Amino acid sequence: MNLRTPLSERAVRSLKAGDTVRLNGTIYTGRDEMHLRALEMHERGEPLPIDLKGAALYHCGPIVRKDNDVWTLVAAGPTTSARMNALEPRFIEAFGVRAIIGKGGMSQPTIDAMKKHGCVYLAITGGAAVLAAKGVKRVVGAEWLDLGMPEAIWKFEVEDFGPLIVGIDTNGDSIYARVEADIRRNLPSVRKKLRID
Amino acid sequence: MISSDLLEEVTVELLRRAAVTLPRDVISALEKALEEETSEIARTQLRTILENVRAAADTSVPMCQDTGIPIFFVKGVCGKDVVEGIRKGVSRATAEVPLRPNAVHPITRKNEGNNLGIDMPYIHFSPGDDATVEITVLPKGAGSENMSALRMLSPTEGMKGVRSFVLDTVLNAGGRPCPPIIVGVGIGGSADIAMALSKKALLKPLDLQHPDPELRRLEEELLDALNSVGIGPMGLGGRTTALGVKIEIAHCHTASLPVGVNIQCWAARRASVRIHVDGRVEFSTEGFW
Repeated sequence: MNLRTPLSERAVRSLKAGDTVRLNGTIYTGRDEMHLRALEMHERGEPLPIDLKGAALYHCGPIVRKDNDVWTLVAAGPTTSARMNALEPRFIEAFGVRAIIGKGGMSQPTIDAMKKHGCVYLAITGGAAVLAAKGVKRVVGAEWLDLGMPEAIWKFEVEDFGPLIVGIDTNGDSIYARVEADIRRNLPSVRKKLRID
Repeated sequence: MISSDLLEEVTVELLRRAAVTLPRDVISALEKALEEETSEIARTQLRTILENVRAAADTSVPMCQDTGIPIFFVKGVCGKDVVEGIRKGVSRATAEVPLRPNAVHPITRKNEGNNLGIDMPYIHFSPGDDATVEITVLPKGAGSENMSALRMLSPTEGMKGVRSFVLDTVLNAGGRPCPPIIVGVGIGGSADIAMALSKKALLKPLDLQHPDPELRRLEEELLDALNSVGIGPMGLGGRTTALGVKIEIAHCHTASLPVGVNIQCWAARRASVRIHVDGRVEFSTEGFW
């Protein structure tokens, strides 16, 4: 399935956990420091330098190279989304983000915010930074470079970016929750194997 | 006497090789995992990983954007010039490979942009012979490192306590350290020694068997159990949670049983070089064993 940004609430709400999608349009990177600063500015009533309404936010700290004033993307795999757990519910509510791309899934308060405001979590293969970068056609811009290369906001123009697996959908259905249930089921026999009961 | 200039050159090349090429034993383990994996989502993850590894090697680009912090292991002749050469090499490699500048001051979080800082790169030293210096780099990403853990067990908890702690650590990590993971386990020593051993354990090729039959059995038993948990590649479910478990031990106090667990992601990058005093240089991604 192909999606294009800006994402509508309807398009996002039609996705189901386990679906495979590819993304076209624009994505923004954002990690710990970006979340902190964006929320601080929001609380002071200051506008962000980017518009996140209907946007796809990518938990990613890329390697970018500057040659003759032009940014070139070298590698751009995902970072661990769980680090943003504490800030993401407020972030989704404040800025109207419709898709979060990352790895490892997110905690219940974020899932609740996704259900309420219409946002999905898209899992991309961790570490597969060269393939991810191939889906990025152009580095359109950069903001907050004072945070350092990994923590800055990078604006990417993407084409067939993926494969992305819908990890958490807007009903709160989550592949990660399914896996956790499997693990709980498997655990007694694993513990028996290791003789630690 | 090995010159600082040669060490700088060699360090740049080591970091490039580590960032761009996955060791052969790790690729083999990933290929075997793909053959044995039955979940379709898990197979997609493993195929993407292998395709990415090939693309990185073909284009000489780092396979993962988290090129880690540079952790070095130096064995043999070692003086200030070695440290100087490695530091210059790290700074140059950051610009040339390029590597992501990850090193920041722990409190101000200021990033110098060159992966240099206080005790960064970190260098572990060990004695060797007078004729060579062996340098291994283990660029360590934060996703996996953040899931590492130490427990000071009571000696009465024994090996049962060790097995339980390894399982708990991997369960707690879940999909966050980019599974399939490699689990380094350090048993014994003191708190700091157990952690150092757990990282040193990650230097060994996956197909190099532990010389101690009892520890070899423990490694196999833990690996089999971890792969029955169901975390799977990227935590999306499946049978491939770990590619290997590697154990290192040291004697410890009669009243202690420290256990360190250092988790490595699938992008288990490492590269080694042996420099002879006459200037000859041999590179290897598997190390010298």
